[in-house]
Amino acid sequence: MKKVINNAEHVVEEMLQGLVLAHPQYVKRVAGFDVLVRANSPVQGKVGLVSGGGSGHEPSHGGYVGRGMLDGAVAGAVFTSPTPDQIYEAVKAVDGGKGVLLVIKNYTGDIMNFEMAAEMAEADGVKVAKVVVNDDVAVENSTWTTGRRGIAGTVFVHKIAGAKAEQGANLVEVQKTAEKVIANVRSMGMALSPCTVPAAGKPSFTLADNEVEIGMGIHGEPGTHRESIRTADETAEHLLNKILGDSELNTGDEVAVMVNGLGGTPLMELYVVNRKIAAMLAEKNIVIAKTYVGNYMTSLEMAGFSITVLKLDSELKELLLAPADTPAFVQF
Amino acid sequence: MANGIAAMEALADVIIANKEKLTELDAAIGDADHGINMTRGFEAVRVKLSAAEQMEDIGGVLKLVGMTLISTVGGASGPLYGTAFIRAAAVAQGKTVIDSDIVAQMFKAAIGGIKDRGKAVRGEKTMLDALEPAYEAFTQAMVRGESLTDCLTLATAAAASGVEYTKTIIATKGRASYLGERSIGHQDPGATSSYLMLATLTAFAIEQEV
Repeated sequence: MKKVINNAEHVVEEMLQGLVLAHPQYVKRVAGFDVLVRANSPVQGKVGLVSGGGSGHEPSHGGYVGRGMLDGAVAGAVFTSPTPDQIYEAVKAVDGGKGVLLVIKNYTGDIMNFEMAAEMAEADGVKVAKVVVNDDVAVENSTWTTGRRGIAGTVFVHKIAGAKAEQGANLVEVQKTAEKVIANVRSMGMALSPCTVPAAGKPSFTLADNEVEIGMGIHGEPGTHRESIRTADETAEHLLNKILGDSELNTGDEVAVMVNGLGGTPLMELYVVNRKIAAMLAEKNIVIAKTYVGNYMTSLEMAGFSITVLKLDSELKELLLAPADTPAFVQF
Repeated sequence: MANGIAAMEALADVIIANKEKLTELDAAIGDADHGINMTRGFEAVRVKLSAAEQMEDIGGVLKLVGMTLISTVGGASGPLYGTAFIRAAAVAQGKTVIDSDIVAQMFKAAIGGIKDRGKAVRGEKTMLDALEPAYEAFTQAMVRGESLTDCLTLATAAAASGVEYTKTIIATKGRASYLGERSIGHQDPGATSSYLMLATLTAFAIEQEV
């Protein structure tokens, strides 16, 4: 394992320290916890948004703490859900009197830990609502699985629900808007190479030189299948077709697109992918209202990418395009 | 050192010693962190135990372990094992000695906690596939009038069979469920850690008896 770290056990702590030092105008640390909140938290009279999950997905989620997006982010150990006491501290630190929405990615551990934290906060009299993001179409949603995983589409939930809260909406309204995003967002990814969790010291899986994994999750969970690497266009087409096959998109519909790098993919390659996506959507007369290309929900140094398509209506479009000012997401 | 503390220290030792094995099992069907997370939790447990060396109340010790696991393990194992220990603690509260009947009640409470928190049932390739058969073996042996250590030994054997059984079934809970049929052939890491803990407690009880 070759990594720019000091000690595998201190990676999360040292990352949080560095992040706060880089962005003191945006975020501060809740003392004694792996929790980042807005520098001016709690924002009075606004619904608070808290998300979080395992570390290793930077800039998710700490990079999205700021005006127009999250109020708090909880950092677990690498690829491991944060614990209830940590999430509870985040909820308490951001509650401005209108309640707190928890944005949870659909993983068994995340759900259990966030639910326990919600129970603790509710016992203190804080109003808490939850939404669970499950945008990954690679994993079939059936009674036989835990359901779809939450991946890069989560960033659209942060953006849009965050804008809704900023407008002064109440907790139920913010939750409903977040649920609308979740109902309309679909993603799927692929990996060219694995990543190494610092504490594990070796990759969690291996791929042959010419092999890729389609449908790979953001923690290195296996995808749908492995195949020999194809061209960027062929791979993008496969993923986008899976996404569109699961979406209800008609001619003339508007969408937002995210081409997300998993941490080890050059932007050059992400733009190559975006070119194909734009062409395919144009051919279907689907209108792209906004495109995001970059590293939004990474998986340490994994090479690969995911595509996210969000179907917009007038409300979602307005909120998506609203301003945001956070360490990793700035929009005017 | 009080008995409950010594038993929990033995648990911490076995989990930490199996860190790599549990992580490798998880790498095959999950996200390769079970051993790492459990070790982080039980290292914290060790620290807490050393500060409470004289605690005689078995319920108090188990509660300490459960709270520590919840706040340090993360993932799914933290809430699941944490809840299990806290539920068992409620049964053992104020007790410094426990008999077969109490152990059976603790066992039942712990499994109930895991089911409530994880919304899982047996046959989904989880820790329940080791724990439920173990509990049944324990209570059946108890009804036959066997000693606590014999009940535990039979429970451990049933848990071992349960771990083997997880190799033959499809995971429908947790991250391994994404694999569908590809999860067949792999033993469940959670069932494995449950087996290891039960085997350790059994060995501990036998040592105490001698």
